Amino acid sequence: MAEIITENLCHTYSAGTPFEQTAVRDVSLRIPQGQFAAVIGHTGSGKSTFIQHLNALLQPTSGRVLLDGQDINRDKYARRDVKWKVGLVFQYPEYQLFEETVYRDIAFGPTNMRLGKEEIDERVREAAAFTGVEEALFDRSPLELSGGQKRRIAIAGVIAMRPEVLILDEPTAGLDPAGCAQILDNIRNYREKTGATVLIVSHSMDDVARIAGRIIVFDKGRVAMDGTPEEVFSRARELSLIGLSIPKAAQLACALRDRNIPLPEGIFTHERLLEALLAVREGRTC
Amino acid sequence: MKPIIQFENVHYTYPGDELESLCGVDLSVERGSFVAVLGHNGSGKSTLAKHMNAILVPDTGRVLVDGIDTADEERVLDVRRRVGMVFQNPDNQIVANVVEDDVAFAPENLGVEPAEIRRRVNAALRLVGMYDYRMHAPHLLSGGQKQRVAIAGVIAMEPEIIVLDEPTAMLDPQGRQEVVDTAFALCRAKGMTVVLITHHMDECIGADRLIVLSNGHIAADGTPAEVFADAALMAREGLDVPETAHLLRELRAAGMKLEGEPLAVEDCAELIANTLRNEKRSRK
Amino acid sequence: MLKDITLGQYFPGNTVVHRLDPRTKILLVVVYIVALFQARGWVGYGLVTLVTLLCTALSKIKLRSMFKGVKPMLFIIALTALLNIFYTAGTPVRPGWIITWEGIARAVQMMLRIVLLISGTFLLTYTTSPIALTDGLELLLNPLKKLRAPVHEMTMMMSMALRFIPTLISETDKIMSAQKARGADFETGSLTRRAKALLPILVPLFVSAFKRADELAVAMESRCYHGGEGRTRMKQLRLERRDLIALILGGLFLAGMFVLKGFGL
Repeated sequence: MAEIITENLCHTYSAGTPFEQTAVRDVSLRIPQGQFAAVIGHTGSGKSTFIQHLNALLQPTSGRVLLDGQDINRDKYARRDVKWKVGLVFQYPEYQLFEETVYRDIAFGPTNMRLGKEEIDERVREAAAFTGVEEALFDRSPLELSGGQKRRIAIAGVIAMRPEVLILDEPTAGLDPAGCAQILDNIRNYREKTGATVLIVSHSMDDVARIAGRIIVFDKGRVAMDGTPEEVFSRARELSLIGLSIPKAAQLACALRDRNIPLPEGIFTHERLLEALLAVREGRTC
Repeated sequence: MKPIIQFENVHYTYPGDELESLCGVDLSVERGSFVAVLGHNGSGKSTLAKHMNAILVPDTGRVLVDGIDTADEERVLDVRRRVGMVFQNPDNQIVANVVEDDVAFAPENLGVEPAEIRRRVNAALRLVGMYDYRMHAPHLLSGGQKQRVAIAGVIAMEPEIIVLDEPTAMLDPQGRQEVVDTAFALCRAKGMTVVLITHHMDECIGADRLIVLSNGHIAADGTPAEVFADAALMAREGLDVPETAHLLRELRAAGMKLEGEPLAVEDCAELIANTLRNEKRSRK
Repeated sequence: MLKDITLGQYFPGNTVVHRLDPRTKILLVVVYIVALFQARGWVGYGLVTLVTLLCTALSKIKLRSMFKGVKPMLFIIALTALLNIFYTAGTPVRPGWIITWEGIARAVQMMLRIVLLISGTFLLTYTTSPIALTDGLELLLNPLKKLRAPVHEMTMMMSMALRFIPTLISETDKIMSAQKARGADFETGSLTRRAKALLPILVPLFVSAFKRADELAVAMESRCYHGGEGRTRMKQLRLERRDLIALILGGLFLAGMFVLKGFGL
């Protein structure tokens, strides 16, 4: 049970001043339980503002956000409790680490939930296991660890709240390919084991193509496209008009189609492209 | 012509560290070339960059910039004015509240005449396409724009070489493109030497030369096509290969005869399409 | 939201006031403050008010923006007024009351003094860019360098601080949101609890500020920064005729205030 619905969500910053700026315009979306969705859009498209509404960090200027049918902004208790149910990992989350030890930092969320000591301990260990943080690190200061380790500790800090919806803003930003792959693996693992809904904000089309079942494209505060990766990446021209690129494999497929190679639509991963090309070569066009 | 930068058996260990960050690096950078340096986190990329303008000096071995030994304390400014450095976080290298004042910072430090500073600032801002933003406050610019201002800030020193240390790591794809395009334009149009340190292999495709750094030593050095074709090496270093190189390799494994190693998407598609057509014709 | 705070409030413009050399403006503000403290009676305060309004009009700064600057000081202003009303000897407003006519007059004058003091200094920061301000300050304090005072370093630090205020504010905002997402509560509880709740903000903020400082130092060194010695400036400050006129007018104003003070006005 963790379905998020937004109804005509709008958000305007500094309303009534000369700096007024509408960041999110009339967004109505339904993200069902257990879905793995990706939100893409370039900087300033409103995607970061949007996700901060889903755990009531920001309140809509108009419109509603419903979690399992309940308005999350109905009173201040609902606004607080939704933070446990909808875990939000910010961009560069390693900048939020502050405790003296890794263990205590991961325990910060559960402690705020006023859970018992044993419950907290169980959750910390579980979250650390999900993100590949070794228990040997528990007594170390988080500040002296490497960038990739810090990132995973910060994500563990949110997972320790056992959120039913996990939202991550650019979880792989600034990491090298090995670090990226590891984090994406951790997230996939969390979803598979817990059945949580996962929403990932990213500009990396190649990452998104591989893991998400649904892609929501933001542009100028609105939802510009919403569909499966096949559907979204087949609209390459529109994506490039918005200033977004498509995965490299899809670009290659497009360039080959332009040269009259009969490739089917909906190719956006390396494996599919290779398979389709070999099929063309053997004369069995699919 | 003598290389602009020359590393001779450079060893370096950070104070307090046990492991060497650079262990015996020999490297020379030709004038006017575009050199990309690839490596995962902790491979010594940034340490290498910081040796190029005497922010760090070797424990043993030496680094020569335009023939000047970087360990010569008397000549530190001579080294730094020749090597412009751009760093990862654009926010942490912009010193002034107005774009043009920031670009003027380096020539001001060098005691250049005011009229000449003005000329250099305008020229540098035009070169990176930020002239129209000269009166803006830097913190209101996008990441890509900030990074271009930072590039203008070092161009205004009129350096011989510009070293970019992961300049795109914190940018979105649009910003990355802006910065990489600017870096290539500096080399191709202005003849500057450029060293681009990155972990995005796509940014290396157009480079003259690609160096892979691993645990403080040079693991590979060649054209991007040569380096990316070495599958074993790339896998060992935990580095991704551009989609194009990956595809060519697997098609070859399946028995296709593909000639050359085109890394750009369009060139690669052209090669595959032509080869497929030829195969079909010869079968008939 | 912290983002809404206007700091380093400079309103770009191209009026005479904007174009004056920052050194002139800094000197004029000093003159203005000295003059303000010479006012003894209504005539004196009237003259200063008139001059302030005139300068504001010349700079095309809206009176509303001026009041915005005064707003955070309202509490102090009100407190001063109250103290003066109750603690000034003189003729009671009604027999038996503590409030005296003199008290009311003094309270109004005190309020006026604070408002004018704030307005005068705000006029300087509203019309002078932070860079020009620090440049002007450095040049004015230059003679102190002979006494080995670190004038360049001080003004460099000032301009750095101004440059990084917006960056640090948006960073604080981000950290606060991130901690709130982990259930941190900054708004309820006792004072000590709330003070403790600040740690999750302050620690990351300091860590990142130190990291920034480190990186900034390397970036500055890379751009050949080696202290103030041998530095030139792209924007040369030159005193024009208007600066001379402004300074003369300022001098006349100060002299006038001294004369008024002599008459006890």
